[in-house]
Amino acid sequence: MLSWYKDMLLIRRFEEKAGQLYGMGLIAGFCHLYIGQEAVVVGVQGALEEGDQVVTGYRDHGHMLATGMDPNGVMAELTGREGGYSRGKGGSMHMFSRDKNFFGGHGIVGAQVPIGTGLALSNKYKENGKISVTYFGDGAANQGQVYESFNMAKIWDLPVVYVIENNQYAMGTSVKRSSSETHLYKRGVSFNIPGEEVDGMDVVAVNEAAAKAAEHARSGNGPYILEMKTYRYRGHSMSDPAKYRTREEVDDIRSHSDPIEGAKKKILEAGYADEDALKKMDKEIKEIVSDSADFARESPEPNPDELYTDVLIEG
Amino acid sequence: MPAMNMIQALNSAMDILLTQNPDVVMFGEDSGYFGGVFNATDKLQAKHGAHRVFDTPINEAAIAAMAIGMAAKGLKPVAEIQFSDYIFPAFDQIVSEMSRIRYRSAGQFTSGCVLRSPWGGGIRGGQTHSMSPEAFFTHIPGVKVAIPSNPYDAKGMLIAAAEGNDPVIFFEPKRIYNGPFDGVPDAPLKSWAKHPKGEVPEGHYRVELGKAEVTREGSACTVVTYGTLVHVAEHAAEKSGIDAEIIDLKSLSPYDIDTIAASVNKTGRAIVAHEAPRTSGFGAELAAQIQEDCFYALEAPVLRLTGWDTPYPHAHEWAYFPIQSRFIRAMEAVTKAV
Ligand SMILES: Cc1ncc(C[n+]2csc(CCOP(=O)(O)OP(=O)(O)O)c2C)c(N)n1
Ligand SMILES: [Mg+2]
Repeated sequence: MLSWYKDMLLIRRFEEKAGQLYGMGLIAGFCHLYIGQEAVVVGVQGALEEGDQVVTGYRDHGHMLATGMDPNGVMAELTGREGGYSRGKGGSMHMFSRDKNFFGGHGIVGAQVPIGTGLALSNKYKENGKISVTYFGDGAANQGQVYESFNMAKIWDLPVVYVIENNQYAMGTSVKRSSSETHLYKRGVSFNIPGEEVDGMDVVAVNEAAAKAAEHARSGNGPYILEMKTYRYRGHSMSDPAKYRTREEVDDIRSHSDPIEGAKKKILEAGYADEDALKKMDKEIKEIVSDSADFARESPEPNPDELYTDVLIEG
Repeated sequence: MPAMNMIQALNSAMDILLTQNPDVVMFGEDSGYFGGVFNATDKLQAKHGAHRVFDTPINEAAIAAMAIGMAAKGLKPVAEIQFSDYIFPAFDQIVSEMSRIRYRSAGQFTSGCVLRSPWGGGIRGGQTHSMSPEAFFTHIPGVKVAIPSNPYDAKGMLIAAAEGNDPVIFFEPKRIYNGPFDGVPDAPLKSWAKHPKGEVPEGHYRVELGKAEVTREGSACTVVTYGTLVHVAEHAAEKSGIDAEIIDLKSLSPYDIDTIAASVNKTGRAIVAHEAPRTSGFGAELAAQIQEDCFYALEAPVLRLTGWDTPYPHAHEWAYFPIQSRFIRAMEAVTKAV
């Protein structure tokens, strides 16, 4: 519990810092923060085994930190520097780590879903006992390729857990306005894929559901869908005026369902740690994050020759 | 005449189209209620109703394909693809259906519609928000491709596109939505208010597709380009003192080879420029046609000034983007070559 709390807090503080660097002009372009959704990736990651794969969309900083990727390398990619995970080629939305089995960071909505399904096929083919966790949003859930993937995943019983992060909005469009069936966990029904709705603001509930889904996929029963009910506090990206929802709606969720506050309460109640210990933890995390910001500022610009490398295999 | 930026000019065009033709409908991701991520459809839903201006889920393939069905049965869809980088899920429908309905039904049905899409780089958007995919579309017989470079043309061309009876891919250079760009990175944003083409009539008018425009007359060389780079080329000519003739192509398919050939036959030297990668870019088509039509007038090889053959980068955007200094170097090279 304590370590989940720590992981969630790291994501929160990291994202706050990224928001600041964006405001200072050190991060350019598009930057989508994960604040509010931390319990989802942390709870799911806790249910995975070494070697399981993770793939997601462009709101990916939390996923990367949860897989154990280095905050320095993530932040330096945001600033487009040499020390970034993609050496400045990818930016916020496009990072990868072979080491941590993180398969991106994909800017095109829905693109990662068949890719994650392909990862699962590879696991099955190689009989390696690993699963693929394929994350996507409520908006992405309407892309046609999602359903092509569902069908194939079930025909061949591929070891994949589809995690739908339903934060209730796709940019300015609420689920109610975009989806004929708003219970997204039911989207697998006609493919015979089991699905479940989960309180995505509760890291324990997420972890339990993910453990069950992972076990289902790992033991040869095929895909599983988890719909995580969650919420993003910040705008869609840094340039979102957020006129599609009210301040009150955001405040209400923040004050009643915050995943980090919720975990904190449980920790204090159960006596896993006291206020002082948690404060100390926060301080340590802030240092890690501030170091990552320093690294991201000081890491040199990539060599311009980098522009031409990694397009195809170099002769 | 009122000063408008490109967004306002496009908005005005769409307002007029909706007002004048009850069969016009507009839709796209966040285009209705929200008014589009760049505000191009701002207030149109409130004014014309949610049955005429509406939001779709994130479904580019179906946005394009439904436009075909709607057009075949008498509507006039003006749909939005939020960024041109997201148009590829729709590519199959555009290639296989939209472009061929007229041909394969021997003219019984048409798919006259417009797909508008913010296009091009220079906004530090990285690889999925900066592309210039025009050449994929100029390679399709049966669709038109248009790219305005200023508010006046944006409005007139959008009206012409929607009033025609063919499918038009209408790319909008988002870097210059709010002001022209002279191609000096990180220079302060300029306003359309001081640009002659920022003056836009309130009412209905058309700028016909298929016609290029000489935006700067000159004798030293010809620069053929479109979109944001028109402004970069103009400023490069002023800055360097090289007396280049600048042609704003405006329509890429069909394109106005007569205006290009007349200019190159006069100057004897040509640069073709675009942001997209070089290999198989639209510049290759232009260069080939220029040499066919102007071979005996040419005094130097036709020069291509383009993005590199790489994905659009996150870091070093200005090494990729054809900025003013690269234009000046290209103009020097093409005018010195013998
Ligand atoms: C194919 C494609 N279409 C449109 C977009 C623009 N876009 C980026 S994010 C987004 C909303 C996605 O919402 P959702 O899947 O709910 O994820 P969230 O942002 O809520 O995490 C849209 C429309 C895109 N990146 N790719
Ligand atoms: Mg969402």
